[in-house]
Amino acid sequence: MLEQRHPLASATEQLRILENGSSRLQRFSDALRSSKQYPLRATGVEVLQVNVGKLCNQTCRHCHVDAGPDRREVMTQETAELCIAALEKTAIPTLDITGGAPELAPVFRYLVEQARARGRHVIDRCNLTILLVPSQSDLAGFLAANRMEVIASLPYFLADRTDAQRGEGVFDKSIEAIRLLNSLGYGDPETGLKLNLVYNPVGAFLPPAQHAVEADFRRELDRRYGVRFNSLYTITNLPISRFLEFLLDSGNYEAYMEKLVEAYNPTAAEGVMCRTMVSVGWDGTLYDCDFNQMLELPVQPGNPRHIRDFTLEPLAAREIITGQHCYGCTAGAGSSCGGTTI
Amino acid sequence: MAGYYHTEDLPHFSDMGKNAPELWNKFSEWYNAVFAEGALTEREKCLIALGVAHAVQCPYCIDAYTQASLEKGSNMDQMTEAVHVASAIRGGASLVHGVQMRNVAKKVSM
Repeated sequence: MLEQRHPLASATEQLRILENGSSRLQRFSDALRSSKQYPLRATGVEVLQVNVGKLCNQTCRHCHVDAGPDRREVMTQETAELCIAALEKTAIPTLDITGGAPELAPVFRYLVEQARARGRHVIDRCNLTILLVPSQSDLAGFLAANRMEVIASLPYFLADRTDAQRGEGVFDKSIEAIRLLNSLGYGDPETGLKLNLVYNPVGAFLPPAQHAVEADFRRELDRRYGVRFNSLYTITNLPISRFLEFLLDSGNYEAYMEKLVEAYNPTAAEGVMCRTMVSVGWDGTLYDCDFNQMLELPVQPGNPRHIRDFTLEPLAAREIITGQHCYGCTAGAGSSCGGTTI
Repeated sequence: MAGYYHTEDLPHFSDMGKNAPELWNKFSEWYNAVFAEGALTEREKCLIALGVAHAVQCPYCIDAYTQASLEKGSNMDQMTEAVHVASAIRGGASLVHGVQMRNVAKKVSM
């Protein structure tokens, strides 16, 4: 969208649509008030999620980052060192690396090795096809050698729906990449090398029950392609960036927002990921989550707002910035980077 | 009859409880119990509902159970097969009455 100079490339324009939308829709803050959860507060920092940049080898139709091969935003070595310094002075157990295709960032392997050297669990949010890019021929081995958890996008177990969202030919390459990971022990409960897949709806509807669709995926991926994985996470598409563009262009925006609002679940809100994580942008700015990052909504003033100023105590109990997009994480069984929240 | 059915009418379905609340409540409770996971999964029940929706040609039900089937994780192959099942039963139900036609014809014919 940025390359096309699309109005929705602007976070301000996205927020204008989301916040000034239908007056029939309850404000998210009022939904929290009605369930006595306002203001939403962090309960700790279990995950440091670092978005190393927007460069990606794919251009997915739903991408909330508006990532693609044309993007140039990428984390510098200096900022990566500040992320490691933040881990060093805290006991945050997990470093969660995302993008774009995070593996394309020059700091990716530095972050992994430094965090692993400090005994932290490291997650790679992987689009799978990156494993087949010639310049990344040693990537799968690197992930396994560092015993990283791989969380990989695969919206469906059939090619047509996967390719409709992620691009022509992506499904076949994704299966090939899973085979590669399986050959290294990923997806085998005996090895401890975790390959978790992410289902997200290919359209303006909510995801199914995680346990139900996980069983379908396990059966069909084994039967059709002979590949395996550990767990399946279901994630709801948040109405921002390219998915917001799809909703508006297809005339589904109002109905989708109504669906999210109707499905508001206080129990899901209790477990949203922003309560236990801090999100770091490619330039070091701190956010409550990757979605707020893309909407350019940093953590509340009064908290450290850049990784160079990272201090655990205020951030671990900070008030979280919320908006209408947050309904995406509280609908039904909830949605987070680790799947459902209840 | 163009414009007889409107998408925005479906949310008013519960208005049917205004003059007969007890009956509506009984229907709602039963309906929800029917679609809860049991011996069949919720996804399977939605596919049955989708097929029946086509057999009874209810536009509200087609809308609702197309979306519900997608939300339960079904794909277009499965949903299309469900509609074929319903159509086969509908078509077959007509065709099998050909036996009655043959019985009557046989009775009155020399």
